[in-house]
Amino acid sequence: MRKFLFSLSAPVGAFVLTLVISSIALWAFGSNPFAAYGDMLGHASKLETQVDILNRATPLYISAVAAAIGFRMNLFNIGVEGQYLFAFLIAAQVGSLVSLPAVLHIPLIMIVAMATGAFYAGIAGVLKVTRGVNEVISTIMLNSIAVAGLIAWLQQRWQAEQEEFTSTTLGTNPIDESGLIPHINGIVEIFTREIGQGKELTGVLLVAICVGVAYHLLLTRMRFGFDLRASGLNPFAARAGGVPPKRMIVAAMVLSGAVAGLIGLVELSEKGKFPPNAIQGLGFAGIAVALLGRNHPGGMVFSALLFAFLDVSAGILQNTEAATKEIVNIMQGIVLLAAVVAYGISKRFQEREEARETAEALRAEQGVMA
Amino acid sequence: MAPAIELTGITKRFPGVVANDNINLTVEKGEIHAICGENGAGKSTLMKILYGMQPPDEGTMKVHGDVVEFGSPTDAIDRGIGMVHQHFMLADQLTVLENVILGAEPTAAGGVIKFSEAEAHLARVAEDYGLTIDPDDMVETLEVGERQRVEIIKVLYRGAEILILDEPTAVLVPQEVEALFENMRELKEGGATIIFIDHKLDEVLEISDSITVLRHGKTVASMPNDGVTAHDLAELMVGSELPTPETAESTVTERVGLDISAVTVVDDDRRPVIENISLRIHEGEILGIAGVEGNGQSELVDAIIGTAAVTAGSISLQGLDITNLSVRKRREAGIGYVPEDRHHEGLMLDAPLWENAALGHQTQAPYGSRWLMNRSGMRSQTETIKDEFDVRTPNIDVSAHALSGGNQQKLIIGRELTADPSLLIAAHPTRGIDVGAQAAVWEQIRDARAAGLATLLISADLDELIGLSDSIVVMLRGRLVARLQPDEVTPRDLGAYMTGAATQETAEVH
Ligand SMILES: Nc1ncnc2c1ncn2[C@@H]1O[C@H](COP(=O)(O)OP(=O)(O)OP(=O)(O)O)[C@@H](O)[C@H]1O
Ligand SMILES: [Mg+2]
Repeated sequence: MRKFLFSLSAPVGAFVLTLVISSIALWAFGSNPFAAYGDMLGHASKLETQVDILNRATPLYISAVAAAIGFRMNLFNIGVEGQYLFAFLIAAQVGSLVSLPAVLHIPLIMIVAMATGAFYAGIAGVLKVTRGVNEVISTIMLNSIAVAGLIAWLQQRWQAEQEEFTSTTLGTNPIDESGLIPHINGIVEIFTREIGQGKELTGVLLVAICVGVAYHLLLTRMRFGFDLRASGLNPFAARAGGVPPKRMIVAAMVLSGAVAGLIGLVELSEKGKFPPNAIQGLGFAGIAVALLGRNHPGGMVFSALLFAFLDVSAGILQNTEAATKEIVNIMQGIVLLAAVVAYGISKRFQEREEARETAEALRAEQGVMA
Repeated sequence: MAPAIELTGITKRFPGVVANDNINLTVEKGEIHAICGENGAGKSTLMKILYGMQPPDEGTMKVHGDVVEFGSPTDAIDRGIGMVHQHFMLADQLTVLENVILGAEPTAAGGVIKFSEAEAHLARVAEDYGLTIDPDDMVETLEVGERQRVEIIKVLYRGAEILILDEPTAVLVPQEVEALFENMRELKEGGATIIFIDHKLDEVLEISDSITVLRHGKTVASMPNDGVTAHDLAELMVGSELPTPETAESTVTERVGLDISAVTVVDDDRRPVIENISLRIHEGEILGIAGVEGNGQSELVDAIIGTAAVTAGSISLQGLDITNLSVRKRREAGIGYVPEDRHHEGLMLDAPLWENAALGHQTQAPYGSRWLMNRSGMRSQTETIKDEFDVRTPNIDVSAHALSGGNQQKLIIGRELTADPSLLIAAHPTRGIDVGAQAAVWEQIRDARAAGLATLLISADLDELIGLSDSIVVMLRGRLVARLQPDEVTPRDLGAYMTGAATQETAEVH
């Protein structure tokens, strides 16, 4: 119990620290912090907003897991961004070309998405082991190539094949209903009232949960996960312990990319195609979420929800004019910094506390002996 | 005159252990003071406190009679205290001079480093204390003994008059130890005070003026070095007799365990680092390799475990050709490995002991299999290692960095021996282990040998090498230059072969 409370001390500390600094920032911008928080919380207490938060947290969480797989072995896959967008486009296009029953159509789209992400991330892995190219540099370049080059070019090509296109038919061809992961309002409504305003809770949430569980099992139960962590903790000891360093780099990149490929499923299922203005930035946001959640499967659930809450709050702050919506980005930055500080303090505190307990136990023991 | 150092009632607690328990220590000015004690007795902790790396929980420290409180090593350096850690902290890619002045650069206006001034200062320090070193040498080209000298000069350069040396002789061969002791005597002549930690009792007796013995974090004795014997010291430290490594009757069999034939390994510049090496180790045999560090021993080890590519020749283990197998396949085939540097290749310092125990054996029972890890197997096996190899730790969930140096070493030996290897590569297996535990480790290696283990033993401790080995080969500049019988050779002879002063007509090594 004590241990559990201790493990909570850091996140709680970070939270308090964030509130304090954010309040100062809000106040400095000339807004009333309490009014702003009130608006944010009031908004978030609505069922429909909660659906929005979960819809946003889902891709953030998947993206965080993708980044965390690399981080666990000190590989900085900055390329989640390019990997998911490219995978999204290819999966959408392939999905639109076939008509299949849902049990085949959905898995096909998912597999194509994962394979594309894996392939694209794998390039960086192979470059690193064969040419010694730093993965940060290669993935940044691969991001530009994907976003500015490949996606723009392919999209244009595939659009040209459409008979006629208007603004509504921009993007890839629509995918049949059978290829889209259905919303899960039904499941939620068992416990709550009906979800209004036409909001739909993405079914990809279930995929994200599976990804989180799989990531947890990978780290704690699977040999590959052990090798992955060993490589991150001490690459030389890992190598002497039989972990092939090059193969691990490629494998970790490929796995990271495969998970990244799933990020786009949320938007794909919602829009039924790769839209011309697909949501960008989820890859970079995922890195922040992974950092805040310390690459931990459970920790990243909280950080994804927190980031999603802040993102969704941007709108309401804008509407009520309680504060500028940029404040949420500032708050996301503050929470990251606060977490780093709080974790450091809590670790020291914890060690001191344990030492004190030991001393007491020993003193008691000696008292008995004397 | 006030003593150089006076520590009173120093207490330091870590989770689950009291590392220093009300320790008193007085070191007179101008003396060489040895600190002895079993693994985990609290020696390094006490020194880190004195050097300002860790604050004590209780107690006071006086330097030259003044009460001091150190917030960081910088404060200690300002008070004239310097420390050379057991693991050197030099930058390989810099010259000796650059390493020495790093962090204490004399700068002119505008931040330009005044190299000539630094060099003059360095020359003066070296001259004063009789330490010879070329300031323009690259550190990566230096031998261990020379690196250590650079560390010492680095400390003196900052004006230290009180030197702390944590297990300085652990990495040195006897000739280098002699040179170090010579330097220490000169430093003493020059007025310096030296505190040093050592597990080798004869060395302690040879060089020190006073000796303090720690046990379970407490001072058990502090005395001048006259009339003290190694026997007394061992008794005080661990309460047992002084062990000597002596091989019982030969258990060497006819079956070949490891067969290395004409192996050559080249470095990045395609120069051979080991050349045309052939040797055989039979089951039940311990083959010792003698040599000054840097003469190809680590490359030979790398070639056997598979972290270095073999350019020519072949290696087989119990008849299985392993020349081109991956490290993992080789380890699964039964190669156990005790690396020379436990922090570099041995441990994941930030992982708990029970994960460290699995490293290198994660694909095998009881730790795991091809796909899955077995957590309860990992934990129970670690408990076994902890008990059988006497790894002193509050529990197996602490991370490896919380263990004392010697206990880290015991964990590694335990992990390799309990995996029941057919070949054990042991580089300095008892480095940093106290006399009591050393005897236990030798016993365990001998037991495994009796059960058919082939062992490749590399050790800077020539008594260990002679005492344990069934036969000894000498490596010099990447070649085998002599083959000797341990019962006919003395450490002195061995030293002569190692430096090339003595040679054998033919090093017939089969
Ligand atoms: N950072 C740490 N965290 C937790 N426990 C520690 C830490 N450092 C040392 N200890 C514990 O304190 C005790 C004393 O350790 P210390 O390193 O001082 O021993 P030592 O006398 O230097 O032993 P050795 O001869 O093996 O180097 C050990 O039980 C060790 O486990
Ligand atoms: Mg120590």
